[in-house]
Amino acid sequence: MDYVLLTEQFLNGFQLGIILFLMAAGLTLVFGIMDLVNLSHGSMFMIGAFVGGTLALVTGSFIFGVILMIPAMLVIGIVVERISLQTLYARDHLDQVLATFGLILFFNEAVRLIWGPEGLVVPLPDFVDGSVALGAGITYPVYRIVIIVLGLLVALGLYLLVSRTRIGMLIRAGASNRAMAGALGVNIPMLFSVVFGIGAVLAGLAGLIITPITAAQIGMGEDVLILAFVVIVIGGIGSIRGAFIASILTGVIDTMGRSFLDVFLLLFLPENAAESAGPALSSMLIYVLMAAILFFRPQGLFPPKGA
Amino acid sequence: MDALRNPTNILSAIVIGLCAIVPFAAPAVGEPFYVIVFARIMIWAIAAVSLNLIMGYGGMISFGHAVYLGVGGYTIGILAFHGVTSAWIQWPLAIGACALISLIFGAISLRTRGVYFIMITLALAQMIFFLSVSAERYGSDDGLNILTRSDFGVEFYDLNHKLTMYYTIFAVLVASVFVSWRLVNSRFGLVMRGAKSNDTRVQAVGVSTYLYRLSAFVIAGVMCGIAGLLQANLENFVSPDMMDWRRSGELIFMVVLGGMSTLFGPVTGAFVFLMLSEVLASITHHWHIIFGPFLVLVVLFARGGIAGLLTPRSARE
Amino acid sequence: MNNAALDIRLEARSLQKSFGGLMATDNLSLEVAHGEIHAVIGPNGAGKTTLVHLLSGLLRPDGGQIVFEGRDITRLSASARVRRGLARSFQITSIFREFTALENVMLAVQAGQGHSFRFWRPVMQDLRLIDPAREMLERVGLGARTDVQAGNLAHGEQRQLEIAISLATDPTFLLLDEPMAGMGPEESQGMIAFLKELKRDYTMLLIEHDMDAVFALADRITVLVYGRVIATGTPDEIRNDATVRAAYLGGDETGEVA
Repeated sequence: MDYVLLTEQFLNGFQLGIILFLMAAGLTLVFGIMDLVNLSHGSMFMIGAFVGGTLALVTGSFIFGVILMIPAMLVIGIVVERISLQTLYARDHLDQVLATFGLILFFNEAVRLIWGPEGLVVPLPDFVDGSVALGAGITYPVYRIVIIVLGLLVALGLYLLVSRTRIGMLIRAGASNRAMAGALGVNIPMLFSVVFGIGAVLAGLAGLIITPITAAQIGMGEDVLILAFVVIVIGGIGSIRGAFIASILTGVIDTMGRSFLDVFLLLFLPENAAESAGPALSSMLIYVLMAAILFFRPQGLFPPKGA
Repeated sequence: MDALRNPTNILSAIVIGLCAIVPFAAPAVGEPFYVIVFARIMIWAIAAVSLNLIMGYGGMISFGHAVYLGVGGYTIGILAFHGVTSAWIQWPLAIGACALISLIFGAISLRTRGVYFIMITLALAQMIFFLSVSAERYGSDDGLNILTRSDFGVEFYDLNHKLTMYYTIFAVLVASVFVSWRLVNSRFGLVMRGAKSNDTRVQAVGVSTYLYRLSAFVIAGVMCGIAGLLQANLENFVSPDMMDWRRSGELIFMVVLGGMSTLFGPVTGAFVFLMLSEVLASITHHWHIIFGPFLVLVVLFARGGIAGLLTPRSARE
Repeated sequence: MNNAALDIRLEARSLQKSFGGLMATDNLSLEVAHGEIHAVIGPNGAGKTTLVHLLSGLLRPDGGQIVFEGRDITRLSASARVRRGLARSFQITSIFREFTALENVMLAVQAGQGHSFRFWRPVMQDLRLIDPAREMLERVGLGARTDVQAGNLAHGEQRQLEIAISLATDPTFLLLDEPMAGMGPEESQGMIAFLKELKRDYTMLLIEHDMDAVFALADRITVLVYGRVIATGTPDEIRNDATVRAAYLGGDETGEVA
């Protein structure tokens, strides 16, 4: 097991963790504040990739694509929230799951109608194409470093937004005590729309920034959505900090597991057994982690206050 | 009879009756294709009945229920792959596998409540899904063909015989509804329904509900696993798609569409769901664009499902 | 007070419970002797319901001990406490709204008969459940309402059902959390009479806002303020206690508590 590969895979895992965090942050806020189980968050990931990707292709600049995607997703998120989700707040979780499941079917088909079944390829912008030497013999793709840095900046921004600003104060008040926030004269429907819009932007950003690596595909958000569920279950619902830590943990463990579990198993198992068990076990690794954490802490690592 | 004046029961009787006569009626009207369609519908109906048991009567919203279709099916597929075709070995093992997995998954997920439960059942099911995808030996994504159906070793009972296969599924469906009915109305069922209605109060009369909920979870897992083993036999094929998370979502929808916490609701729900998909898919390739919003509308405006719509307003609370 | 002479059924020793930084139960001790009705009163937010939750096992104390019939039950689950005979009712009516009144009580009767892993026989043909449940409903005055869905019962009737469920678990001790909450004066009188009758068979800890009821029923009264016991005594002692008047009545020096 050489340390170059180890470092690379660690960074890959970290980068997956960043993507997961961008998804999980919106999901956990929407759930923590509005008590809404929102499967269609996965669709926001996909729509961000398609809309942003198209904007990038039209303007010829990936950066413009990202910048223009932000207001676009804010609007799309708020429209979706106003039209279809507002009535769901008062409903039970079952209704929310089903209705947002219906939205996923709708969005997937709508994207298929607009962009066709093949998906959308967005080229990697020139200035981040290529790799950079990190020293000690390690080279790493520039674009993945950009993703990591961008994700960390967003995480920091989100942290400042929630802990330092007025809207952040309202978000925290809403998350811990909705009735009290209402009594303080907060415009709750407005707050919900804004939070949902922010969540949609974050999910869309996540979808867009991995598009140069994976291409935009129909249904691309769903596997990420389920991983993000694992993340917020581990991190504790409603906690941004929990979402961040659990995202990185999940991303790193999943990626490292896929690369090194078979090597690790060779220590205990004969070669052919290790080679066949490796991929199977590594795909289960994060779920085992989730089960283990829940066994000791049913509310996740950072349980919501007052629960 | 009071029961016959209830439109829901009449509809259920019609659906069950239809299932009973299709092998003779369909060829008679020149649509033999419907025999296989109905066989498929009945398998989904069994799965939906099993989900209704825990979701409708026990309040446990499992978003990973289709995984037991996969576990039941793959047990048959893998055994057949290795040359074990005797039903006397296959079926008990398939049932045992589903019991074991639902026991483990239930033990973990029932420690939590509400939305955590929904997400964890989904995630655990996804784990088995990815396991099947990564199992190259058994076909990964492409699935696994099953060359011979389960063999009972007796001449008069052969699943390769079309009618035998069909009526086996029919019998299992009727049995699963009957078993649900007995369970729901038993002492066990009273605790289960009580835990759905007001879990704290059940604890406060001295019953720790965990083991009851877990038992119900395992019973439902096994019942769904039987649907899976039937599906493997009917299609001569298993694939990860059987336990895709969307299948779990569709199962939930079937139950809600037909009428949650009603005995026959899941059966009519499965019937209407699959027939509607069939019809919509024949109209347009992009039928999900209609189906998605339809699902949303059902949730928003027809909460009681078909059973709710058929029940006169005065008879509701 | 001579403790040695009393048969103490339930005892709380230095219970502590805080939520966040807020002390809901602060070094609380009390004793309930066999056959008595021990009332706990106090202004809103005094931690009365928290006390019931702690005693019944819905909440775990941060510190202290709960002893029931001579055994430490601090670590027992809520359901295990009920099986030992410590039943409770809820301030906010806690019934099975989708069930009929009869089914509500049947579930409690069934719980008292041991485990419920009986999967096949319909409960509605099970006379071992139906007969005692009917009897209990008669006893609380709901004999004519057995087949009504609990959610459709009048508020007062739901309160009666609440008590019936608790009684049906065959307890020796009742923790009653404001049994008269939301009742009209007439219904309250009925409930007072009923509780008096129950006193022959059960020891009770009664949380109640209605002071008429408390002074009509209680043998002893404990006064809580901010989670602390500020006084315990007979109704007369409490009535004339200066601390109670000062703290609880906000300096009303003219009359009695009631």
